[in-house]
Amino acid sequence: MSGVQDFEKSLARSDNTVASFEPPRSPLKAFQHKLHGSPAAVPLIVLVLSLGLFAVLVGGKFFTAFSLTLILQQVAIVGIVGVAQTLVILTAGIDLSVGAIMVLSSVVMGAGVFRLGLPPELAVALGLVVGLACGVLNGLLIAKMKLPPFIVTLGTWQIILATNFLYSANETVRAQDIEQTAPLLQFFGQSFRIGGAVFTFGVVAMVLLVLVMWYVLNHTAWGRHLYAVGDDPDAAELSGVQVDKLLVTVYGLSGLICAFAGWALIGRLGSVSPTAGQFANIESITAVVIGGISLFGGRGSILGMMFGALIVGVFSLGLRLVGTDPQWTYLLIGVLIIGAVAIDQWIRKVST
Amino acid sequence: MAVSNRLKTALFACAAFAALGAAPAFANVGACLITKTDTNPFFVKMKEGATAKAAEIGVDLKTYAGKIDGDSESQVAAIESCIADGAKGILITASDTKGIVPAVKKARDAGLLVIALDTPLEPIDSADATFATDNLLAGELIGQWAKATLGDAAKDAKVAFLDLTPSQPTVDVLRDQGFMKGFGIDVKNPDVIGDEDDARIVGHDVTNGNEEGGRKAMENLLQKDPGINVVHTINEPAAAGAYEALKAVGMESNVLIVSVDGGCPGVKNVKEGVIGATSQQYPLLMASLGIEAIKKFADTGEKPQPTAGKTFFDTGVSLVTDKPAAGVPSISVDEGMAKCWG
Repeated sequence: MSGVQDFEKSLARSDNTVASFEPPRSPLKAFQHKLHGSPAAVPLIVLVLSLGLFAVLVGGKFFTAFSLTLILQQVAIVGIVGVAQTLVILTAGIDLSVGAIMVLSSVVMGAGVFRLGLPPELAVALGLVVGLACGVLNGLLIAKMKLPPFIVTLGTWQIILATNFLYSANETVRAQDIEQTAPLLQFFGQSFRIGGAVFTFGVVAMVLLVLVMWYVLNHTAWGRHLYAVGDDPDAAELSGVQVDKLLVTVYGLSGLICAFAGWALIGRLGSVSPTAGQFANIESITAVVIGGISLFGGRGSILGMMFGALIVGVFSLGLRLVGTDPQWTYLLIGVLIIGAVAIDQWIRKVST
Repeated sequence: MAVSNRLKTALFACAAFAALGAAPAFANVGACLITKTDTNPFFVKMKEGATAKAAEIGVDLKTYAGKIDGDSESQVAAIESCIADGAKGILITASDTKGIVPAVKKARDAGLLVIALDTPLEPIDSADATFATDNLLAGELIGQWAKATLGDAAKDAKVAFLDLTPSQPTVDVLRDQGFMKGFGIDVKNPDVIGDEDDARIVGHDVTNGNEEGGRKAMENLLQKDPGINVVHTINEPAAAGAYEALKAVGMESNVLIVSVDGGCPGVKNVKEGVIGATSQQYPLLMASLGIEAIKKFADTGEKPQPTAGKTFFDTGVSLVTDKPAAGVPSISVDEGMAKCWG
């Protein structure tokens, strides 16, 4: 009898814990969770690691206040344009025309003084207005005509760049002439020292702009709406966000910031050069992606973008000091881009 | 081939007549000018020179250009259009000096005269002739000038090289290696930048030939060695960028910058001491001589000959500076201003 009726004998070996919806987290899972909560953490970690790497590889020449602030100077323009790009990408859009808007605006500022004879203040204002107008045009085509951002800005990129070349006849305005007639145009190139560190007003402008936009994105209704539209425009619309209006403002603001970058660009170059900034669109998208901002919209922190730009800057200067061929920089940046997107996808898989 | 071409010319002429309604003098020689871009002042000037000469001697000129520097596809399409158009000759500044060769061969097989302007093809005899600046000589002149100006200090100079692009196009290699030759640096392989081991070389960096690249490259090299006192730049925009970088660290007066091109803003910079000396080239002359050569070829079948002792027709180069150095031929800034372009 007993030999037949011992069904429960196998139970002794079975799992007898109570069903649970919160399995204990492995350290990796916990880390993944943390990253999900703070999107600027990954680029910050990479930035610190790469700084450490080059401090070891290059040593003294790299790890000085002067070279570290030099990196800031070299990424200031991309950082400012990156702010514009961040706003657009957070709405799940893309702006390929940023560099063209920047260059056209700087050319208009130069022409305002040297061709139209305006006072420098008015010339700068005129340049900013031109940038704003280009951005609003992008916004209207995207929001009102419902054209995809990629296509619209692919078109306006070429239109604006061609306008830039036609209008300027590709003539540069020399630094010396600007210095004499309109030093205001070079304002953002002026620098000040703190110990061995050298900061330009362009660098200060970038950092301030990032901080202000960080506040706006995280602590104002407009910022929350922007994230909401990027995450799900239909849901945002249903919850009362005026999606069209928001998109026009975002692209308009993007254009204005690009024009501002054009002003800072004159400071950096000294001169007004219509051939400058050709790759600013790719560079700004690179900074945004390495900075952990999702190309699919609605996710990421603008601080990450600045870290992303700095990572590229650290690699560019570091590798040059090591003495490698410039192609290695491109190769590594490519690896970083793909790595950043892979990490973004992994973080998104956080389910618990 | 010739028959079909003549037929095409005739057909085109008929179409043109029909379109115009009235018949102007017949038998204009067709020619094409194909430049890398039509926005760079160097090519703008080239186009001006060609257009003026063409109007003067009765050549029907069509101009084409790539969308950006490096746009070889547009140039190939332009060559094909010229063949189809029945042109007598093509003047081309190739973006891709090797890649354009098959298309050039097609044109020559179709009986067109092809002249490379400014940029030699690879190999150089892929074109019927090359009208260009002697870029090696242009580099040598600024090298000699820098050496003579420094005097004894040239032995311990620290030289930075601001080159064009990582791909080392011929014009970049020739100017760079020419400078070394003039300055007294052993160039090792003259076809390659970067194989030299002279201790005076601080380093090379690329600028893409513009202010932005010039500034960044100069900053990078200064980080490598803040003692730099001679800077060789591929062109004057790169030199202007380098000057901004030097000014930012207060070194602008201790460093000698030399360059090549001779554009008007560049020559003005020589006048103001931003650039010590620059080698000036003459795009207008290249283009007008090219148009004359095509006209002559159409009339007599005669092809242009290279300058004695060279593989190309040398359109000349002059060192522009207001601080002439002993033993180095140069012209003054005022003369340079009179001949500058852009």
